[in-house]
Formats: sequence, structure tokens, C-alpha cells
Amino acid sequence: MATGKGLFGSSIARKYWMALTGLFLCSFLVIHLLGNIPLMLGHQDDFNLYARFMTTFPVIKAVSYLLYASFVVHAVDGILLMRQNAAARPVKYAAYNGAANASWSSRNMGLLGVFTLVFIVVHLKSFWYEMHFGKIPVYIYEDGTELKDLYTLTVTAFQELWYTVFYVVSMALLGLHLWHGFSSAFQSLGLTHPKYTPMIKIAGAFFALVIPAVFAAIPVVIYLAS
Amino acid sequence: MNFILKIWRQSGPSEAGQMVTYPVSHVSQDMSFLEMIDELNIDLIQKGEEPVVFDHDCREGICGMCSLFINGEAHGPGRAVTTCQLHMREFKEGDVITIEPWRAEAFPVIKDLMVDRTAFDRIIQAGGYVSVNTSGNIPDANALLVPKVDADAAFDAASCIGCGACVATCKNASAMLFVSAKVSQFALLPQGRVEAAERVQNMVRQMDLEGFGSCTNTGACEVECPAGISIENIARMNREFLKASLG
Repeated sequence: MATGKGLFGSSIARKYWMALTGLFLCSFLVIHLLGNIPLMLGHQDDFNLYARFMTTFPVIKAVSYLLYASFVVHAVDGILLMRQNAAARPVKYAAYNGAANASWSSRNMGLLGVFTLVFIVVHLKSFWYEMHFGKIPVYIYEDGTELKDLYTLTVTAFQELWYTVFYVVSMALLGLHLWHGFSSAFQSLGLTHPKYTPMIKIAGAFFALVIPAVFAAIPVVIYLAS
Repeated sequence: MNFILKIWRQSGPSEAGQMVTYPVSHVSQDMSFLEMIDELNIDLIQKGEEPVVFDHDCREGICGMCSLFINGEAHGPGRAVTTCQLHMREFKEGDVITIEPWRAEAFPVIKDLMVDRTAFDRIIQAGGYVSVNTSGNIPDANALLVPKVDADAAFDAASCIGCGACVATCKNASAMLFVSAKVSQFALLPQGRVEAAERVQNMVRQMDLEGFGSCTNTGACEVECPAGISIENIARMNREFLKASLG
């Protein structure tokens, strides 16, 4: 049962928070993807400079805390919603034809979310943790500055086939999560309009296809080049 | 026509239930689904067995009493129809038909296929009305101008018959379509705007207290709704609730 009132805890408010954090995380995906383009192009200098900028520039650091908070709120809120929804139907149907009236991704957002969470934990351990707290090879930039060589760490990681496959599968699942999630967020916030809602749905489908596909292309390109 | 029916039998609210198989024969394709169960019940009574209990009333699709989750869908495979408007010609000869009650924590089973839907009544009592002073000096109805589009949208929302198919079909057993239809029919009209903020907060509060699930925006409810209520109403309720919570 959703026991809270107003903007905290009521079942509608829980969805506002899912929508707001979800859309913020979508904006993060775009920035993250743009930053990773040098990785795909094999630009070691650019990528290592970018990695230093992202971990040291104060404004980015401030936004990163908002990002961590969004991840946590989106995951915890999602788990609370799954618990509420499971409790709302304690006795299941013997026959339930979900495919008759709703898309697969919309019916499996919780499952897709849990897969994405597992991916994020593995991904953060591999790169974010190593960059912040781990031992990383040193790269000497042309002006003599010492940089953490995140580029080599990443390229080495994607020389493993299973690791590359794990990334591609994870991006496919993220795509399915976004396929429903992007446009659903607007509905949850009440942002619907006869003229603009169809455009939001198209934009959501485009986002769900293109962003994960380009993300998945990075490890594939690195693996094939190795 | 001949069918194999698998029906949920449960003798009381706290008793354990189970699926029981009944073959039925000599069913006309022109029978409604409820008439087909009537025939089964005549057979059961003649054999001295307990007839299958199910809700029904007007049998013309306007009262919202008939329910039944048929082959995994609320009101069966038809679209924009109630179970009384579903005809046996929609099925194929020899089909196995699974018939279950609405499944939701907030809709406990009373007996067999009949569930307690008074949770909806309590949501209405929490705010699904307009407070009107009826002691004389009633203004002329036409003195308040209402744009045609608003009147039409309010009327569409008001066509909800409160059957509970939205809850039954929703993977989360959410009542958002029902509550949003009731919120919308008032929020769209000037008479209802006066209490709009209180209404949406109280009705949503009651909806949560009853133990309904939340909305994942799958859209299954609007597909199965016999009255064709749109999930645009859910978006409107989300706006109304946000406005009321911030204000």
C-alpha cells in the first residue's frame, strides 16, 4: 500500500519521482555518450583529458552528486512500486493474456530496471571505481602532464569477448527500458497534449533505439580493433 | 456449440478456492456469455450441485455489474463490451475457456466469481461528488457557459460504469483509470472546479488506502475498458494532483 500523502509516498507522487529522475538519467545518457565518442575513434589524448575534466571540474562534480542521488531514488522508488504492485494482487490469475493489451517492455519495466541496475554496478566497478579509487596506469600528455590512463583501462577491458557481449546485451535491455520509459515519464507528469504527445512517442522510440545502439557500438568497435 | 469451461470455485471469502472443469454442450452461438453460464447453472441445479455465483444485473452493458476474467482478459476477448455483451460466436467450437474473478487485494472474492467492489464506493465517498446547496435559488443551468470540448470530454469521462475491468486487467491492479475518470468528469466543469484540489487529494488517498497498485502506463486498462475511457484522464489526474499538492 502507498501510505504517504502529497508529493511524498502517494502512489501518484512515487511516479512523479520515477519520471523526473528517469528523464534526468536520460539527459545523462546523452552527455555520457558524447563523451565516449573519442573512445570509439581511438583518440587516447582526448579521452584521458575528458576523463580528468569530468572528475575534477567543480560544476561537473556538483552535478554528479545529483546524478548519484537520481540513480538511488529511481532504483529505490522503483523497488517500492514493485512491492506495492505485487501486494495489490496477492492471488495471481491462472490465465493472464498481457500481450493482448500492452507492450512487452511496459509490462516488464521492473525486471528491465533490475537488469540495468546489475549492469550499472558492474560498469561502475570496472571504470568509475578504478578511476576514483583504483590503481590506474599513468599517461604522459604531450605537455608533460600526468593523466590517469582510463583509455587503456577501457580498451583492455573490451578485449574480452564475454565482457563485450555483456555490454551489448545490457544495452539492448536498456533500450527496452527506454522504449516504454521515455514517453511514459511524460504521461506520469501529466505532460500530454493532442499535438505534442505523438511527437514525444516518436522521440522516445528514436532515443531508445539510437542511444543504446551507439553505446553498444563502442565495445564492439574496440573488440574488433583489438 | 460445445466448450470446456474452467471456472474458479470458492465457497466463501476465507475459504480456499480452485479451478473446476465443466463441459457444456448445446450452446447457441447467439447466447451471451452470461446466458451460457445460466445454462450451466440450470444443469448444475438439476444435478443437485451448487450453481456458479457471478455478478450481473442489466445485461445490456450499462450497469457495470458483470465482471469475469475470461481467457486472460477482462470481459473476454471483445473490445468495448461488457461480459453480457460478449457472445459465444466470439469463441471457436470446442474451446477451453478459463473463467476467473477479478483479482485484486482491494476486490476480495465473496463467492466463486463474485467480488466485493465496495472499494470503488469508498473512493467516490472520499470526493467523487459536487457539494450543491439545494435549498432554493438554484441558478439556471444555461447561465454557466461550458465550452463544447470540455463538456464532451467530461461526458466521455462520466461514461465510466465502474465495473472494475481496469483494475482487473492492470498488471498492478491499479484503479487509476476509474479514479481519473471520476476526477476528470468534475475537474473539466466549472461546478466541479471549486472542490477540484481537495477532491483529487482525497480520492487518491482513499485509492491508496484500499490497496490498489500504481500506474505503469501500460495502457492495458483503456484497451479493456467497456466504456472506452482514455488514459488521457490519467494524465489529467496526474496534473490535477500535482497542482493540488503544490498549491
